[in-house]
Parts: sequence; C-alpha cells; structure tokens
Amino acid sequence: MDFSLTEEQEMLRKAARDFLATECPKKLVREMAKDERGYPLELWQKLSEVGWLGLIIPEEYGGSGASFFDLVVLLEEMGRACLPGPFFSTVVLGGVTILETGSDEQKQELLPKLAQGKLLLTLALTEPSARYSADGIQTKAVQENGSFLIQGTKLFVPDAHVSDYLICAARTKETGIPEEGVTLFLVDAKSPGINCTLLETVVGDKQCEVTFDNVKVPRQNILGKLNEGWSVLEKVLEKATVAQCAEMVGGAKQVLEMTVDYAKQRVVFGHPIGSFEAIQFNCADMLIDIDGCSFITYEAAWRLSEGLPATQEVAMAKAWASEKFRRVATISHQIHGAIGFCEDHDLPLYFKRAKTWEVNFGDANFHLDKIATMAGI
Amino acid sequence: MDFAFTPEEEAFRKEVREFVDREFPPKWREHALDFFSNAGGPYDEQWSLHRAMAKKLGAKGWLSLAWPKEYGGRNSMLLQHILAEELSYYRFPGLDPFGVGMLAPMLLKSGNEEQKKRHLPGIAKGETMWCEFLSERDAGSDLASLQTRAVEDGDYFVINGQKCWTTAAHRADWGFIIARTDPEAVPNYRGLSFFLLDMKTPGISIIPIANMAGESEFNEVFFDNVRVPKENLVGGKNRGWFVVMGVLDFERSCIPAYGIARRNLDDALEYARKTKPIASALRNRLAELIVECEITRLVHYRAIWMLDKGLIPNYEAAMTKVYGLEVNQRVTATVCQVLGHYGVLTEGSKWAPLDGQAPSRYLRSIGNTLEAGSSEVDRIVIAQRGLGLPR
Ligand SMILES: Cc1cc2nc3c(=O)[nH]c(=O)nc-3n(C[C@H](O)[C@H](O)[C@H](O)COP(=O)(O)OP(=O)(O)OC[C@H]3O[C@@H](n4cnc5c(N)ncnc54)[C@H](O)[C@@H]3O)c2cc1C
Repeated sequence: MDFSLTEEQEMLRKAARDFLATECPKKLVREMAKDERGYPLELWQKLSEVGWLGLIIPEEYGGSGASFFDLVVLLEEMGRACLPGPFFSTVVLGGVTILETGSDEQKQELLPKLAQGKLLLTLALTEPSARYSADGIQTKAVQENGSFLIQGTKLFVPDAHVSDYLICAARTKETGIPEEGVTLFLVDAKSPGINCTLLETVVGDKQCEVTFDNVKVPRQNILGKLNEGWSVLEKVLEKATVAQCAEMVGGAKQVLEMTVDYAKQRVVFGHPIGSFEAIQFNCADMLIDIDGCSFITYEAAWRLSEGLPATQEVAMAKAWASEKFRRVATISHQIHGAIGFCEDHDLPLYFKRAKTWEVNFGDANFHLDKIATMAGI
Repeated sequence: MDFAFTPEEEAFRKEVREFVDREFPPKWREHALDFFSNAGGPYDEQWSLHRAMAKKLGAKGWLSLAWPKEYGGRNSMLLQHILAEELSYYRFPGLDPFGVGMLAPMLLKSGNEEQKKRHLPGIAKGETMWCEFLSERDAGSDLASLQTRAVEDGDYFVINGQKCWTTAAHRADWGFIIARTDPEAVPNYRGLSFFLLDMKTPGISIIPIANMAGESEFNEVFFDNVRVPKENLVGGKNRGWFVVMGVLDFERSCIPAYGIARRNLDDALEYARKTKPIASALRNRLAELIVECEITRLVHYRAIWMLDKGLIPNYEAAMTKVYGLEVNQRVTATVCQVLGHYGVLTEGSKWAPLDGQAPSRYLRSIGNTLEAGSSEVDRIVIAQRGLGLPR
C-alpha cells in the first residue's frame, strides 16, 4: 500500500495549482458564468500548450500518455479552482469514450486535434428522464440507405453549444432489455436537424438541451459496435463518475482551507472563533468527510487506472462525495457567518458546484441503490 | 498511490484465515465474543481461551510482527494490522490490545534496553497480559488532573490512590500506570510519571464493575502503598505525560474498527438477504454503512502506512479511532433495526436471531465513543493538531 502521490504527480499537482492561480482567478469564474461561450479561448489554448488536454491520450495520438490517476490529480486542482469551460466534456466524456471504443482511424483523426485544443467534444447521454441507467436512453436511430437518422431529445448535455462533435447514445434496436441495442454515434454538431439551447443553471455552467430531428449520421460515424454501446458507456461512466468525484474532493479541500483560515482570523467575544469547540468539532468533521472522500475516490481511480474491476468502489466514491461535499460546503457557510452568504463571496461558488456535481452521474441515492443491489439486498 | 497488498501480504492474510479456521473451537465459534469482550475478559472460561490462543499466536511469531528485526519482529505494522483485522473480523480471541497494541510499541520507542529485554518477550509469546491504568473517576478526558500519587522511597516508588475503568485489570499480569510524582508542578502534566506494575504486588485491590451490557470488563482499582521498583519507571521522573501521549496515539490506531464493524454489518446483510424484502430506508442505510466500513478501512490503512514509514500518525490516529468506532456504533444500532422486533431478544431465547448477540453488541457500542479517549477529545485533536486551530 502507498498513500502518497508519485513525484511526477506531486509536480503535476503543484504545476496545476500555480497555473490555475494565475489563469483562473475567481473573477474569471464569475464572468464566465454569465458569458455565452463560458470560457476564454486563450485559456483553452494554454491548457493545450501545457499538455493537459492530451494528458491521458497515448503518445502515438499526440498526447502525453499519462494514467487515469494522473488525470484525477489534475481534475482535483480544477475542482479547487472552479475552472470553467469544456475540459471535463472534451477530455473526460469525449476523450475517454474515443479511447475506449474508437477505431484506430477515428483515434488518428480526432485525438491529436483534441490534444491541440482544436476539437471540442461532449457526450449526449441523458434525456428528460434524467437517468444514468440504460433505460434512460429513448432517443432512436433508424437505418436508411447506409446512414442513420437520429430522433430524440438529450438534456443536461454539457458544453454542447461549443462542441464540434456530440457523441450521442441512441437506441438502434428494441429487445425489451434496456442494456441491449444502444449505439454510440459521433455526430457533427453542425448537422441539419440539431438544435441546441443553453439551460439556465445554478452554477452558470453550460448545460444544454439538444434536440435531434432526423439528424443524418453516416454509418462510419458509429463508435464501437452497432447495438453494443451500453457496455462502453458503463466504462466511460465509471471514469466520468470518478473524475467528477475528483473535482468534488478538490472543491471540498479548498472550502476547508478557506474555513480554517477564516476561523483563525475572525475574532468574536475577544477570541478567534476557531478556538471555540463547536467550530473545532465542525472543522474536524469536515476533515473526516474530506479524507474519507479522497481515499475512496483515489481507491476507485487507482483501480480504474490498473484496469481492475471498480464498479463497487466507483459507486461508493460518488455516493460519498455527493453527500459530503454538500455537507462540507454547508458547514463552511455556517462558520463564515453572513459574509459568506453574499453573492460576491467565493464560498457560494463552491456551494453551487456541490449541488450541481451531486446530481451529475447519479446522486447518493442512485449509487447507494447500486451498492445495496451488489450486496444482494 | 497503491491500494494493493503484495503477494506476501495476501499470503499472510490467507494464513491467518486458515489458522482461525483450524484453531477456533466450534463451541466458541458460534458464541464468539467480539474484539472488545475478548480483551475485557468478562468470563472465566472465555479468558482461558483468550490466553490459550494468545500463546498459539505467539508461537507463530504473530504478536511481534511490527517490531524491529533485532527484537524478533518483521518490522511491519501492516502485517500486525492485517492480523488484527482478520482476528477481529472472525471474533477470534488472543490478541491483547494493551500489550501488543500499546505497550510494546511504546517500550520500543521510550523504554530502556533492560525494560525491553524484560517485558517484550512475554508479550511476543502471548504469555503476559497487560492492562492500562490511566483514567480515574475524576480524571478521564482531563487526564492530567489525575490524583494517584507515587512517592520516591529508596529504590522504590510507592503508589497510593485509585484508578477506574481499567479494562481487564482483574485478569492482567502486568499493568502500566501513570501517577503524580510532583504535586506542585505547573502545568500539572509536568508532574506525572509512567510505571510498569506487576499485578502481583501487594496492596492492589480490584473491584469489577459491570457495564450496561451486563459484562464485567472494567474495574475500579485501589492502590495502598504499592511498591514499584525504580527500574520500572519509563521515560524518566515527571516525564510520564510524553510517554502517555505516545501510548494514546498507538491506542487510537490499534483498534481494528473495520474488522469489528464489517463483521457486525455482514451479520445484518446476511439476515437481510434471507428476509427480503426489507424496507427501502433500511436498504439505503445498509448501503451507506457498507461505504462507511470501506472508508474506515482506508482511513486506518493510511495511519498504518504512516507508522511503517516511521511517521507517528497523530490526528490521523484520532480520525481512525473516532470515525471507525462511531461507524461501529451506527452499525450495531442498524443491525438491531434490521432484526426489528427480534432485535430485543438476548442470548438464551430460542427466538433470538444471531445468537442473541445483537442487543448486547448494541449496548456495548455505547462505550465505543468513550474508551481510548472520547469522540469529543478526538475531534479536538483533529481540529487543533490536524488543522492548526487555536487552543
Ligand atoms: C468501555 C470502556 C473501557 C475503558 N477502559 C479503560 C482502560 O482500560 N483504562 C483506562 O485508563 N481508562 C479506560 N476507560 C476510561 C476512558 O478512557 C474514559 O471514559 C474517557 O477518557 C472519558 O472520561 P470520563 O468517562 O471521565 O468522561 P469525562 O471526561 O467526564 O467526559 C464526559 C463528557 O464530556 C466530554 N468532554 C470532556 N472534556 C471535553 C472538552 N474539553 N470539550 C468537549 N467535551 C468534553 C467528553 O467527551 C464526554 O462526552 C474506559 C472507558 C470505557 C467506556
């Protein structure tokens, strides 16, 4: 067992923290919440230059060939910084899917561009039912003259408004078993029949409604095998879920640091509030929550990195992070008093993300249900 | 990071399981007491088994796994922890937390050569059982305010006073005790000294106290001119506080909460599988506890990993203890809830599921957040030493 990061990972963590401290101040985070695109183009180019867009892309496809665990280290820092923009959708949702199931040709075509910052991707998975299980996929694709026509509505699709391609999960066969008959299509976002609308959200992140009205997709744009997309999605979702947990762990750590700093410095009744036991107990509980979330996230990430089965650990990590980041953020607000309740304070940025990230890829109840089923109860 | 065990570690775990399977007398297997009761020695027959198994563990070299090679160990806290995890999971007796978990590492850190030579072999062989005399009726969390006195007299210290809540004092061969050697010292913790005490010394009287689960594990102990030879002073006169701080760190990281709690939870899961369907709220609760047990396991391995790297886990040890034992407390309560109405039936009732042990484990778990330092004290340790909040 080893609970430490490698030297390279420590360096990556430090580099990311320094980079984001200068490139992603909270002022920018706030501006981008109101910005139509949601991120500055220069920042995207810089992310490419430091090699983070291609972090987990193998060298043969123009990336740096780092491990999934390395990506988790980086995402933790991005969560800490509330980095706006399509990093998660492009690198995790898009990149991981193509790595998992793309043909060599598709990889050659897409991955180098992704690493260079010239290609944005996202995954169009959830629908108005907002389910992350296979039965949530009701969008249909029917064959016609060597092409497919996609019809349906996707909801909560991150960054679709700027993506070059949408990876759309659609039903190509009805067998009565939801896990069967799902196919992944690489859809050019400019195809006729696609309509993309930004949703109004708590964070001001860019989630979209995307409607597909008989959108024509050539057969060679299928990712992986016809009708066998769900097993790929399961793998992608495991990684995406842990990646989301990593951001949450980072956010929670930042919140605790802000809280402890504040508690040391805020004087009430002649004492720093951090010397009051009620405050100390709350802070201790925050650290217990955060250490617990970190280790279970790292364990799941390590298993995925090593190619070991991780279904149970992934569910545990998200069940926990979903509840605990919210709890940490709530306690932090209490400790900050009214100042933290102001819209222009940094704390609400985290409180809002805790809410948003809680429901992404399934909330605690969704994952606890999986865990109970795995335990045979 | 690496969450895997090496093939040697896996092999060791397997060896422990085979040992348990081979050595556990069938009669006891069914009526097994948990880790706490095994250490507390509430029943004569059970205590004999505890001692017999301790010797078997000692003969395998398993009670000194964490010690340096020159003291006959294998230099691996991880192996010791794997042992404790497995034994506690199977509720197998024989592991003395006071000797193996606390005193031995403390002696290796703060004892002199003679003390190590004299006391380590008995622990390694499973022959000497220890108890811990820290708390008094009026000095629990505020340990430094303790009143038991030790006065120098020639080659001896003479101890007078009383200790309380001493687990297994009625069973132990030796005890370690902290007493006041300088009543004038300011602050008061600078006037304390730490001794090793042969329980056969004249002047010690012991009155067992039944806990709320009806079991006599802890005791009130009176000291009437108890003469302790000076060679049994550890860490120097008036330096006992620093020894005790080390003992507490070891104590907090030696209770195998995952093994204890996960076994209790597995009992409930097995029962729930048989009595499906269970209420959805309970199903959720059980799933939550599965996660909590896994986190208990990970938080504990972090502390163990630190120990093997030569670091002393401090807030990390407190977190191991407070989280793990609070989880066990939640687990035992949920086990009873899964049993529903049957969760009030105790041993002896023909209707009682799980051998009627669920309610007594639930009652015993109330002590979990007090023993080895209360949860509140642990949280203060985490806040002040872990996060640097002001005192
Ligand atoms: C099952 C069991 C076995 C034990 N075995 C042993 C043993 O073998 N040897 C031994 O020496 N002792 C033993 N103890 C004693 C144990 O260490 C004490 O019970 C513990 O330290 C608490 O002390 P107390 O009971 O006097 O409670 P108190 O110190 O009086 O505390 C009462 C309550 O006040 C809280 N409190 C105290 N100070 C603070 C503070 N500063 N801030 C907030 N809250 C505070 C406590 O957390 C607790 O909730 C055992 C106890 C139990 C229950």
